[in-house]
Amino acid sequence: MVAFNLPLNSRIGQGQTFKAPPGTKRVREFKIYRWSPDDGKNPRTDTYEIDLDSCGPMVLDALIKIKNEIDPTLTFRRSCREGICGSCAMNIDGGNTLACLKPIDAVKGAVKISPLPHMPVVKDLIPDLSQAYAQYRSIKPWMQADTPAPPDGERLQSKTERAKLDGMWECILCFCCSTSCPSYWWNGDRYLGPAVLLAAYRWIADSRDEETGQRLDELEDPFKLYRCHTIMNCTDTCPKGLNPAKAIGAIKQLIVERQG
Amino acid sequence: MAPAELERCVKDVREALMVGRNSEGKPVRRPLSPHLQVYRWPVSMAMSILHRVTGVALAIGTLMLTWWLIAAASSDPVFDQAQWFLGSPIGLLLLFGWSVALIFHFFSGIRHLVWDAGIGFDAPAYNTSGWAVLIATAIGSVLIWVIGLAVW
Repeated sequence: MVAFNLPLNSRIGQGQTFKAPPGTKRVREFKIYRWSPDDGKNPRTDTYEIDLDSCGPMVLDALIKIKNEIDPTLTFRRSCREGICGSCAMNIDGGNTLACLKPIDAVKGAVKISPLPHMPVVKDLIPDLSQAYAQYRSIKPWMQADTPAPPDGERLQSKTERAKLDGMWECILCFCCSTSCPSYWWNGDRYLGPAVLLAAYRWIADSRDEETGQRLDELEDPFKLYRCHTIMNCTDTCPKGLNPAKAIGAIKQLIVERQG
Repeated sequence: MAPAELERCVKDVREALMVGRNSEGKPVRRPLSPHLQVYRWPVSMAMSILHRVTGVALAIGTLMLTWWLIAAASSDPVFDQAQWFLGSPIGLLLLFGWSVALIFHFFSGIRHLVWDAGIGFDAPAYNTSGWAVLIATAIGSVLIWVIGLAVW
């Protein structure tokens, strides 16, 4: 449900500051959300002063530098460092994005970093994505077809049919979009959220899939689909430049069209 | 447990994920990550909440105009009373707010209709249309009040 304020145990306090060594020329502050399940305290914001002359260009480079050189307790997910794994999704400078694709220079002033919004925090910048993954599974993100594939090859598509999947297969499931959506914040228990709805449409639009009707039946629900109010935060924030809002609009249109 | 009872116990299934474990395996309550506290508002997000706020304001404001109509149908003294209130600074301010809400909601509603037709989802269209609604609201409000006050 709607709750504008954070619960009492989630209010963020002041943390410690890690100063840059004296004589550092290009210093940038990183203000990072911290929470540990082990100290029984509320979350806090720690400030790290980073020497940009000895740091890579991306926000993820700074996080790795902090973990390696300043504070090994800082916890975050990362893997590919090139925007294809989706691990380092977090809120940077007020918008959700991938730390590995966000240049430090694109942020003015101190770089504020917190976990993906309105999620349970496992530790520091790591949110629990179980709910989002469960919702993803619920839309059956695989091809369903009764017709057997041709014995001598794959199921074929025309170039036009294949082109319909562009802008959807590229989704890396980082959940930047879902966690940017106020509707998902308030109703994420039942609203599927933009990432999962984009995935749902990816299979609805696939010419080889034969369960389009069933898929639409399952989405035709006041909460699962229609909590989308075209707020557009999803499209605005997607680090891969995809358009979940457009996909959701297309699902809504298909449901209207099939009513005849 | 009966479904209704279950409903009372767990209002939100996400509640289950708010319980984590510390390094010793003991259950701890997890914090909820900051949302409105940190999110930088895009234009479209502000437009969306304004659409809802103006919708609520219109529903309430229409009661005021209904009162004015009923007063007109009742009797002279009752209508004079309504006229006096709506012509007072507070009344005029309420009417002004109501008209701005109406114009905003009207143009914003058209924007939603266009989206429902599958048009205007791409950047920068959704930002442009948002600004267009704001500008149209400003122009429309000024026009209506200039004409209204001139005729009055």
